[in-house]
Amino acid sequence: MGIRFILMVNKQGQTRLAQYYEWLTLEERRALEGEIVRKCLARTEQQCSFVEHRNYKIVYRRYASLFFLVGVDNDENELAILEFIHLLVETMDRHFGNVCELDIMFHLEKAHFMLEEMVMNGCIVETSKSNILSPIQLMEKMS
Amino acid sequence: MAGTSIMETLFQRDLDDLIKGIRQQQIKESLFISKAIEEIRREIKSTDLPTKSAALQKLSYLSSLHGADMSFAAFHAVEVMSSPQFFYKKIGYHAVTQSFNDDTPVILLITNQLRKDLNSSNQFEVSLALECLSRIGNVDLARDLTPEVFTLLSSSKVFIKKKAIAVVLRVFEKYPDAVRVCFKRLVENLESSEPVILSAVVGVFCELCLKDPRSYLPLAPEFYKILVDSKNNWLLIKVLKIFAKLATLEPRLAKRVVEPICELMRRTEAKSLLFECIRTVLSSLSEYESAVKLAVVKVREFLVDDDPNLKYLGLQALSIIAPKHLWAVLENKDFVIKSLSDGDYNIKLESLRLLMSMVSESNVAEISRVLINYALKSDPEFCNQILGSILSTCCRNLYEVIVDFDWYASLLGEMVRIPHCQKGEEIEHQIIDIAMRVKDVRPALVHVCRNLLIDPALLGNPFLHRILSAAAWVSGEYVEFSRNPFELMEALLQPRTNLLLPSIRAVYVQSVFKVLIFCAHSYLLHKENISSVNTDNLASEVPESVFARMSCENSDFATSEAPASSEQHDSFNPRNINQSFGDLSIENGGDATVSNGQASTSASLGRNSFTHESIVNLFNIVELALGPLSRSHDVEIQERARNVLGFTDLIEQEILNPVVQGEENLARAETEASRVVKLMCDAFSEELGPVSTSAQDRVPVPDGLLLKENLADLETICGDIQLPLSSSFSLSSTPLGEAVDISRTNLQSKDETEPSHESTSLLAEHRKRHGLYYLASEKSEGASNDYPPANDPMSQDKLNDDAEDLLKLTEQSLAPKKKPNQAKPRPVVLKLDGDEISIAAKKPELKGDLLSGVVQDVLLGNDGVPSSSRSNRSENLSGKSKGKEKLSTDLSLETKENVPGEKMPDHVNTSSRRSKHRSHGKERRQKGQGKDGEEKEDNGQKEKRKSNHHRGKHKAHQRADEPLNVVAQTPVIPDFLL
Repeated sequence: MGIRFILMVNKQGQTRLAQYYEWLTLEERRALEGEIVRKCLARTEQQCSFVEHRNYKIVYRRYASLFFLVGVDNDENELAILEFIHLLVETMDRHFGNVCELDIMFHLEKAHFMLEEMVMNGCIVETSKSNILSPIQLMEKMS
Repeated sequence: MAGTSIMETLFQRDLDDLIKGIRQQQIKESLFISKAIEEIRREIKSTDLPTKSAALQKLSYLSSLHGADMSFAAFHAVEVMSSPQFFYKKIGYHAVTQSFNDDTPVILLITNQLRKDLNSSNQFEVSLALECLSRIGNVDLARDLTPEVFTLLSSSKVFIKKKAIAVVLRVFEKYPDAVRVCFKRLVENLESSEPVILSAVVGVFCELCLKDPRSYLPLAPEFYKILVDSKNNWLLIKVLKIFAKLATLEPRLAKRVVEPICELMRRTEAKSLLFECIRTVLSSLSEYESAVKLAVVKVREFLVDDDPNLKYLGLQALSIIAPKHLWAVLENKDFVIKSLSDGDYNIKLESLRLLMSMVSESNVAEISRVLINYALKSDPEFCNQILGSILSTCCRNLYEVIVDFDWYASLLGEMVRIPHCQKGEEIEHQIIDIAMRVKDVRPALVHVCRNLLIDPALLGNPFLHRILSAAAWVSGEYVEFSRNPFELMEALLQPRTNLLLPSIRAVYVQSVFKVLIFCAHSYLLHKENISSVNTDNLASEVPESVFARMSCENSDFATSEAPASSEQHDSFNPRNINQSFGDLSIENGGDATVSNGQASTSASLGRNSFTHESIVNLFNIVELALGPLSRSHDVEIQERARNVLGFTDLIEQEILNPVVQGEENLARAETEASRVVKLMCDAFSEELGPVSTSAQDRVPVPDGLLLKENLADLETICGDIQLPLSSSFSLSSTPLGEAVDISRTNLQSKDETEPSHESTSLLAEHRKRHGLYYLASEKSEGASNDYPPANDPMSQDKLNDDAEDLLKLTEQSLAPKKKPNQAKPRPVVLKLDGDEISIAAKKPELKGDLLSGVVQDVLLGNDGVPSSSRSNRSENLSGKSKGKEKLSTDLSLETKENVPGEKMPDHVNTSSRRSKHRSHGKERRQKGQGKDGEEKEDNGQKEKRKSNHHRGKHKAHQRADEPLNVVAQTPVIPDFLL
């Protein structure tokens, strides 16, 4: 599976984006998000970005007020996932221009679209920013 | 309807309005959301597509971020999804992708829509459908859409092709037979020049490999090429993951890849790739000394880095290698130990794990001691983490690392004293476990337990109650090792025991019983001894089992022959049946042993001086303390307390009133009493051993006992009995019950007042005598929960001091790996079959994966028998094994000749061999396979040839080759790479 889920959570612990690559019921999702938020948001900048949770790892990174949390299998490469998070942020930055929490809130669909371009079935399939963004730009032109 | 829809369209809130509404939070969020959902429920029924889709979009949003249930909208989502306009279709797809799962009934309806969109000329529509399939694809969808996915695998548009490749993973997982159709095209893409495609397909193989690496060994050459040629770090990481799996299966492959991986390790700038190389080397290539050395150097770079992420990963890498190359850990042990005082809990934890992996027989004591000191000063969570890992490390493989069990017993005692200790359950288990398994530890353990029991402060900490229960049990069971049973008795009866749970209190009461009997017995024995000197009475009248048991342990079974006299002596003993099964020591009660036992007992118990006065005192204390408990509401406590009281009633008069009786009467009366005491004593002195978990299975079911008989007729049988049974019960119990009811109110108040009343006097007396065993009196008298407070949090420099202590220590103890001279030999640890079983149970199970079976079929060029058709399964299997054999023949021949450059000879050889079997193969083919199967076999063959292209030239042979009919072997990688 590789990546199991991708979450974006703000400082207050509110979920701003949630993408799951395995089926979880709403209750399971809520419980999971609660646990993760409790575990990760309390950590300081000086602590490492990896947290073991249940039977998988969470790799997270904070950008301003937003936490990007990625749940991965245990044999996934943590540093690569950190790079992936950074790539995601850079991509959104390029599209929205200095991306902030509000951009993601009001353009959740686009954020999902970018993720769908980058990750499929829990595997990272696309790592070029222009490739990720070109379908979105095309669609924007069309409509 | 139309009218309302226009109104709705005009006044509908769109998603942005909804988000703004939530943000403004004029009313409570949950209220706002439930209102919005009401609105959506109305709007979504609209026939107007824009209204409907806007409602669906809002619902998806609320579901995704606020956990709103959207299952009611499943059908509407399907409707929106089938819209011809991309804008709406997109919303529909998003909703479906997000909310559907295997249990959604309407999932059956989307197959055709998906098929239509997969065939669409609009690449974005195709992309939507592929994304949807990759997320919610179930068995039916995977099966029905396999042809479409197959077509898309050769799409000219990279955008589509990469997604189709990614989808294949889901399709394979759900419908393994799709492998027969798609696998070849998938493999072809491994040679794609398009980096995007390559990275997608390697991603798929990486995931497939994780599940079942063996099936993909034949693809090693393709992966190798990528490893050597590619410059893309994402790709290289994936390929390394694949090789980490494959290299463990095929040593020659490991030999081949180790150099390129080392080269990558030296060259790369990217930490992620570097780490993947390190991990691959440490986990799968650990036999290659130079590679491991290089990796450890790189690990060291990680460890000294300021980035906590790298530090953490460095420690993790060390823990991968620790079991195989402990030197790598030892080399970096200073970093490991320093990390124990890191600010990050995760890093501390990792270094603790590593430290525990260093533990061996020679250093377990030192490491534990320093860790315990460390635990004293850490926060509760980490403290318990430390205790937990010490406990689990020490008990591993039946206390493998422990040589000095006396030390371990005292360590357990020390752990209990740590303020944050919450490991009650584990410590309880281990105390009882080592008491039963290790005979030699019992005296020390009893001493440790006594120290725990006697401390009233421990009773205030509920986390420790279970440990106290174990301590009470050990003290009672092995009371003969107690230095002062009277003191023990008072500890067991101390008033604060009312803080314990009833179940634990019951254990206390039972231990009281055992101690009491032991004391009474010792007393009688003592008297008997004196009188026997006077009246020339034979000591053989006195039961000796307890002392026999003791003396045997003391004298190392020196007197292991059981004289006939003792057997005779036992013959009128009601326990003699048990005795034959019992401990050896009981049968050892010969005359020699008796005197021996008496000698040692009187020596060891000399101080205790079982005087008449002390025994009377003991009986009084027991009666006083257990009196109230005999009316306890807890059945266990009540029953056990009554047992004890019944026993005291029985023998009290005879033992305790010697003054009124004459000399001869006395002797007779005490003989009566001693018989009772002996009986009880025998009952308790039966050795209890650990019971194997599989013990029950080994008890044969007696003939005529039908355990699985249908009990349906039980009711009719019971129907007859039930009436009289219940009436008789009520008859007898009614008066009793009333009495209980009446007395209950009195009792309760009594229960509450009495203990505290009597307790003060008892405790005062107890303290007077054993004051030094208690903690400072103001502490124990102060609050009711007067458990010592947690220590102040340690300052950082103190922590570092500690780390340095440990550092020094490990320098001493870890550097020389020789075994220290043990002052005493390791005691015997009793083992059971059940233990072995539980250890051996970790064996990996053979994986009968459907998917891997099919993949092997396809890769090794076998007949395409659908794995789902069971009738052909066996043939299919045999075909598979033949295919493997074919490859291994190649291999064995080549290795035999040992001429890697030369390729023709072995071909001649194998093909000639094959030709012998050709007719056989043809026959089989005619018999079994349809046209379909044949076609697929051809596919498989072509594919094989493709992967064999390095070797070239022998296409003709390959084409002709038929599986050999030889015994199955494990599949082996074809030799072209090696």
